[in-house]
Amino acid sequence: MASVFMEGNEAVARGAMAAGCNFFAGYPITPATTIFNNMLKMLPPRDGVCIQGEDEIASMGYCIGASMAGKKVLTATSGPGISLYSEHISFAIGSEIPLVIANVQRLGPSTGSATRGADSDIQFMRWGSTSGAPVIVLAPKDAKDCLELTVHAFNFAEEFRCPVFIASNKEIGMTKESFDMDDLNLPPLVERTPYTGSGPYVPFAADPDKSPPFLPIGGTTLVRQTSSTHGPDGYITIDPQVIAAMQQRLHTKLTAAMDRITLYEETMVPDTDTLVISYGITSRAVTDAATALAAKGRPVSTLSLKTLWPVPEALLVEKAARFKKIVVIEMNLGQYVTEIKRILCGKPVEFYGQMNGTMIPPAKIMETIENE
Amino acid sequence: MNSFLNTSRPPVFCPGCTHERITKSLDAALIKMGIPDHKTVIVTDIGCSGLFDTFFNVHALHGVHGRALTYAAGLKLADPSLNVIVTMGDGGMGIGGAHVLSACRKNMDLTLIILNNFNFGMTGGQYSATTPSDAVVGSEFLNQAEIPMDICGVVESAGASYVSRISGMDDGLSDELVRAMEHEGFSVVETLGLCTGRYTKRNQLTPKVIDQMIEQRPSPGGVIEKNQRPEYGNRYRQLAKEKGKFSDPFVVKKLFDMPDDRRHEVVILGSAGMRIVTAGDMVCFAGISGGLNVSIKNDYNITVLRGQSVSEILLSPEKIGYTGIESPTVVLALSDEGVARRQKIFATLSPDTYVLKEASVAIPDTPAQVEEIDFKAMKIKKTDWALASLAVLAKHEIVLNKDMLVFALKSRFNEKVFNLSMETVNKIL
Repeated sequence: MASVFMEGNEAVARGAMAAGCNFFAGYPITPATTIFNNMLKMLPPRDGVCIQGEDEIASMGYCIGASMAGKKVLTATSGPGISLYSEHISFAIGSEIPLVIANVQRLGPSTGSATRGADSDIQFMRWGSTSGAPVIVLAPKDAKDCLELTVHAFNFAEEFRCPVFIASNKEIGMTKESFDMDDLNLPPLVERTPYTGSGPYVPFAADPDKSPPFLPIGGTTLVRQTSSTHGPDGYITIDPQVIAAMQQRLHTKLTAAMDRITLYEETMVPDTDTLVISYGITSRAVTDAATALAAKGRPVSTLSLKTLWPVPEALLVEKAARFKKIVVIEMNLGQYVTEIKRILCGKPVEFYGQMNGTMIPPAKIMETIENE
Repeated sequence: MNSFLNTSRPPVFCPGCTHERITKSLDAALIKMGIPDHKTVIVTDIGCSGLFDTFFNVHALHGVHGRALTYAAGLKLADPSLNVIVTMGDGGMGIGGAHVLSACRKNMDLTLIILNNFNFGMTGGQYSATTPSDAVVGSEFLNQAEIPMDICGVVESAGASYVSRISGMDDGLSDELVRAMEHEGFSVVETLGLCTGRYTKRNQLTPKVIDQMIEQRPSPGGVIEKNQRPEYGNRYRQLAKEKGKFSDPFVVKKLFDMPDDRRHEVVILGSAGMRIVTAGDMVCFAGISGGLNVSIKNDYNITVLRGQSVSEILLSPEKIGYTGIESPTVVLALSDEGVARRQKIFATLSPDTYVLKEASVAIPDTPAQVEEIDFKAMKIKKTDWALASLAVLAKHEIVLNKDMLVFALKSRFNEKVFNLSMETVNKIL
């Protein structure tokens, strides 16, 4: 056995490098700063660019410019920074600009607690932009996941041309742990599809369920990019049909590929009537609780979601079907549980959430399951 | 090239608007520059100046109000061969002030044309950061309570290396834009113009008045000698090149058998400056070399060299789930501050728990077995107490043994620091 020893934030940086990331811009914020520190060590020797923006808004602006020039970009922040990222998240969604955002979540609201963890921003990442068009959010549970999911995040950003979040947490980002590099399961790299057609390049012309082929600003073919409502040609449009088609495509390009976007882990135990659903750091305590419950003769099955948004609706329906009871545990006072209740309507859903700056311990999860 | 103007998208400004003159001057400047269309990008934001990118057949990026300079910087860093032009109104300059100042400090090779027409044209003539206090604008009396800012003065003091002010109707504008684009560094050209749709309806602003304004506050004249320095991108690339080589993660193999094969929870209670985090890492390296899974959480203040420093370490033959401490097997009590931070755990410790207490540290009552050691009497400095306590563990073969500790020290330290740390270790072992 040969292990590496690193915190989740370093693992995100190493995942980004493995994915071919060549541009980072960010602004220091606890508990995400060490992603920036690591990128500043790793990018220059590989001819990448790593800079500190004058604020979070600028950092995202630098990333948007670099991505439109064809770079694979990463930025990292925490809740207060996501607030400032908002206008540029909207820009990247609507104008189909690939970028990866690592959100090392801390306890909110507002400045909250810089050094206390929580899954504070689970709904905010999904809805903290104008128009309601979707993003992809991936939730790691440990350092190894941080590395693997960051590679997936770049792949998704490139293919679907949208912002992809890594929903980390102070408890993952700043906790160092060992893992075996041989256990890493990295997907093959995906690059954005270049335009290779013979006619003139129409920057937002795409199949109704795909993102448009890409050409960089600075290449020999002229490219138009705009944050305003645009038609396929990249010019402002007020044609309702054109607008409707563009709006719909922003949704469909993701929903049509949910099979591939849906990442999860499960432990399905025969003859159990309870399914415990969780994600992120909390899913590790759920695993401990399930082990302890099995030893007590009260086994449960578990489902740990790695793709939170778009909600893997088909997966949830399929996995929950045979269970009498669903238990949802998350490190906030109830954010993702509303999605699960919406999708599994009619099934009894028990919930335990905690928002006090500490991780949910296995004993609390056992209590919730045993008391139902 | 005869013209870079997009004939399918002619300018759509209000009659008499200076923006149209500036559009033509920019086209003339691009023709004089003689660079291919695909080597220029026009970056714009919101407002009437934000229409500029659509009028030209060059690369175009139109974004959010006030942020154009940030996209421009990303583009230029990604592709240094690009001629990057940013157009911005007095509105975008105001809302994006932090970006303007940052661009001045960085001195990236961008050309910023600020189309100052003294008000927000597109939203109804509200006052902007450059509206005179006595102007009549769409914001009732609000502009009377403020003073306008001097764009050229601000950007010059912020470090812009090329600054000029010119009438948007000046016949020399295209030559001025050429000079700004040719300058290698951050260039700011403030054009003064008429917003005929809004501003000049209620204010006596004419081309002649604009000429008088420039006479009263003359242009800084272009190149600002005191601000000349290397262009940001070149400087960045030069500095980055000097950076060391990429370091792969440090891999630790299983080399030793653990003194015992059980799960351990180790808590180190100390103060900032006592190298608690380093000692925690040592325990982890030792554990990995013993084939265990490890995790460590550190709790310290954001201020440096003050307050508690606490490390919580798990070592387990099983994969680690919950990373919190539930029942410590080892507690190292090395400072009162550290103990105060985890006061409650002492009463809950099991009789099997090993507690090492430095003689000067007070701990609450506990059912655990407590060993008191006077590191001070052994002439061990406070900064080495955490390391010394690991040597005590190695001596008892709790969690680690001497070989594992030596391996951990070797992995983490250079030779000089390793030798120094071995002096401390040898006082114990």
